[in-house]
Amino acid sequence: MSVTHPVGDDLLMGYAAGLLPAAHDLIVATAVSLDDDARARLSGFEAMGGALMEDADVAPLRDDSYENVMDRIMASAPEDTVEASVKTPRVDPVLPQPLREAIGSDLDDVRWRPVGMGVKQAILGGDEEGVARLLSIPAGQAMPDHGHTGTEYTLVLKGAFIDGAKRFARGDLEVADDEVSHMPVADLGETCICLVVTDAPLKFSGLVPKLAQKFLNI
Amino acid sequence: MPLTPKDDTDWADMLVAVGARQDRVAFGQLFRHYAPRVKAFLIRTGLNPSAAEDCMQDVMVTVWRKAHLYDPARATVATWLFTIARNRKIDLIRKARRPEPEDLPWGPEPEPAQADALALQQDSRRLAEAVAELPAKQRDLVERAFYGDLSHSEIAAETGLPLGTIKSRIRLAIDRLRHAMQSDTPGNTAGLQTGRRG
Repeated sequence: MSVTHPVGDDLLMGYAAGLLPAAHDLIVATAVSLDDDARARLSGFEAMGGALMEDADVAPLRDDSYENVMDRIMASAPEDTVEASVKTPRVDPVLPQPLREAIGSDLDDVRWRPVGMGVKQAILGGDEEGVARLLSIPAGQAMPDHGHTGTEYTLVLKGAFIDGAKRFARGDLEVADDEVSHMPVADLGETCICLVVTDAPLKFSGLVPKLAQKFLNI
Repeated sequence: MPLTPKDDTDWADMLVAVGARQDRVAFGQLFRHYAPRVKAFLIRTGLNPSAAEDCMQDVMVTVWRKAHLYDPARATVATWLFTIARNRKIDLIRKARRPEPEDLPWGPEPEPAQADALALQQDSRRLAEAVAELPAKQRDLVERAFYGDLSHSEIAAETGLPLGTIKSRIRLAIDRLRHAMQSDTPGNTAGLQTGRRG
């Protein structure tokens, strides 16, 4: 599957290097699950990481390093660690695997909270560097203009939304920084479900209630 | 001392041998070559030497246990190890499992096509050579950005270059790497290249 508005190289490189906050890791892993070109670009950055590691300096090991590792390996039965990668064959999984794992359930079991005008959200978690949430917007419904302090990443999982002249459908990622004032409108036809990650630099913990408040008030 | 192999394909064969028949000699060679590099990488990205040693040992135990999942058509040994080390480090810091992309629906092929594996290993060697041959300035910036030593804005502060210049230099370095890889590859192989320049 290819998409119209793909995840950018900056996010992919950050993911490959392991430098992103947890919420951003989640949206990148989810976006890559929906976009084979992004998967290829991510492989390229990871190959770069491998090449840098291969070519970099070496660090001295502790004297008993190898013995320790072999002891641990031999202490476990050889076959007890073979894990069949559990694939849950689904007719039409709306949520890619990393998201299903983050939620611990399927879309049907998401615990939505109404935030007004038919819009629902489910906060998935976050830390001081970013928060991830699912948003469900009824077809044709406009999200009122909302500013953000940091950057907002919106990945469409189901349905589509229109923002200005651009249409974002499943797998598309919109990046809106704090200078963008935008008004996404869910496309007609079906409910639009998105994964949204917002930076909340510095004082997120104190901001959680405020963010919720902000959404409740729209 | 056994001979130290230098070639990516040899390392790949060894790791496959570990996965297929718990080959301890092969694992020992992989350990000697990669354990010090994994540890150095972990230190470079912010762990103290003691934590890096522990994390590296976890990584090498995982390498033994998951060797049967390694597919030479999808990654070099260095790349595979790099992703395991990166994920292990993040898991330790977060105390939670890091989200990873869904595996491809068709999954790893039961018998990896030899040609695919060879093509990927060759692409990766070209990439490694390109990394080694980058002009010092560009390589330095790519490494810093990749290892997270410095943010883009901190790099700007240190080098006195404006942020836009930094970003375009990093982009240029990445593009050079891609060109180096594409220069003598007629077909698109195994996901190391991309048709899209973002």
